Amino acid sequence: MNIFLQQIVNGLVQGSVYALVALGYTMVYGILGLINFAHGEVVMVGAMLSLTALGVLLGWDVSPLLALPISVVIAMIGCMALGYSIERVAYRPLRHAPRLAPLITAIGISILLQNLAMMIWGRGYHPFPILFENSLHTFAGAIINDIQIAIILLALIIMTGLMWVVNHTRLGRSMRAVAENQHAAQLMGVDINRVISITFMLGSALAAIAGLMVSANYGLAHYYMGFLLGLKAFTAAVLGGIGNLRGAMLGGLLLGLIESLGAGYIGDLTGGFLGSNYQDVFAFFVLIAVLVFRPSGLLGERIAERA
Amino acid sequence: MTDAILKIRDLHISYGGIRAVKGITLDIAHGELVALIGSNGAGKTTTLKMLAGLLKPVSGSVDYDGRSLLDLPAHQRVERGIALVPEGRGIFARLSIAENLLMGAYCRHDKAEIASDLQRMYELFPRLYERKEQLAGTLSGGEQQMVAMARALMSRPRILMLDEPSMGLAPLMVQKIFQTISEISAQGMSILLVEQNAKLALKVASRGYVMESGKITLTDDADSLLASDAIQHAYLGG
Repeated sequence: MNIFLQQIVNGLVQGSVYALVALGYTMVYGILGLINFAHGEVVMVGAMLSLTALGVLLGWDVSPLLALPISVVIAMIGCMALGYSIERVAYRPLRHAPRLAPLITAIGISILLQNLAMMIWGRGYHPFPILFENSLHTFAGAIINDIQIAIILLALIIMTGLMWVVNHTRLGRSMRAVAENQHAAQLMGVDINRVISITFMLGSALAAIAGLMVSANYGLAHYYMGFLLGLKAFTAAVLGGIGNLRGAMLGGLLLGLIESLGAGYIGDLTGGFLGSNYQDVFAFFVLIAVLVFRPSGLLGERIAERA
Repeated sequence: MTDAILKIRDLHISYGGIRAVKGITLDIAHGELVALIGSNGAGKTTTLKMLAGLLKPVSGSVDYDGRSLLDLPAHQRVERGIALVPEGRGIFARLSIAENLLMGAYCRHDKAEIASDLQRMYELFPRLYERKEQLAGTLSGGEQQMVAMARALMSRPRILMLDEPSMGLAPLMVQKIFQTISEISAQGMSILLVEQNAKLALKVASRGYVMESGKITLTDDADSLLASDAIQHAYLGG
């Protein structure tokens, strides 16, 4: 087995998930200048909703081939409603408040959602049901399974679709306009509240899919899974340059790779002193390094507006 | 004036805790070019922002086409035909020129008409056509002013409001912008022009209002204002 290639494969899988979640952070930041720290919890709710829906559907003897897409759609709709409500209830009333206020509210919403999820789904781990035979493929000495292939492909398709919407549709144009200058966008007839709501819903739909991916890949879900995942995806967004969509995708993939390569080689590098259980350290090293050396992130350069 | 498209009556506006506009009354007839002049801080920009819906008045009334304008949120006023070219232009620097112009047509859904209006804007400002795929933030100040004007026209307004279109521009560019304003006016557009450069504004306008410290202190035909001693002395450096 080729360890290097294996870590690349693992990193791409994990990185695809980070990228999808990071897009949610970066879209909201781009439009509102707000870090929606409750976003990780939306991913968790997405995982829980899709697992619950899957359980119910399989219980009714619906074929897995049908049950999976239906569950994804249910999770996406649920998360879009959640994302919409979070913005409406928690952030919109604070639109003109000092920046610290919505940030603290975001953390509050995050804790609230964790506790609500714990009350609804309990403290235990929920196993992801086996829907299909998950066969393994060997690829130049690295092993990849069907679920991982599906994660990478689906993430690619979704990201391409999102970029198309943002760059080539009227909705995408209005999102970029609102992100740049809310007053001017209003003068064009853009209902900025509507655009902000749609942005939250889009990000939440991506989060729902990411939640399903994570639980399918690890085979389980629980009420606390969104916290660390959210922080890492936030790190990915900062790495790429927060507010920049390409940056979020690049940052997500890079962070996944850094983490898995780091975890794969940390034992050798420290002579066995540290093991791969330290893998979470890398993400936050990256966060600190970016904030110190390049706070605008990899792609976060702005075009100066001339007076 | 019975055929006024815009009627402002005893309008008061507060801005940042200060009463910036203290009871102004102003009319614009259909197809008329009206200049609102006055020194910095007189309340001109505040008045335009209020008309565009970005600020709410304290009291007074604004009738547009015979109906009150005040209940409409900003984003619906564009649809009703009120367009503002804001002070400092407010272009979308990270959108291309073509995208900026399409944002101007955001309220419209007549695709074919939008495409032909886009062509008309490129004929009006050939410079923009040459650079239509370029990011608007890379343009010079004068070119950005062209983008802002073309973008406003793309909404097919019935009344066009311009806030300090000459600000920060080279003399040649100012000439070009004001020539364009005259052309648009000649085609029958109702225009409210706010300018610190009183001479320029009064030369293209048919009537003018002089605003000082939140009040209209003088109103007359543009020619009479240009000739009047008070104006010569206060604003025209004569």
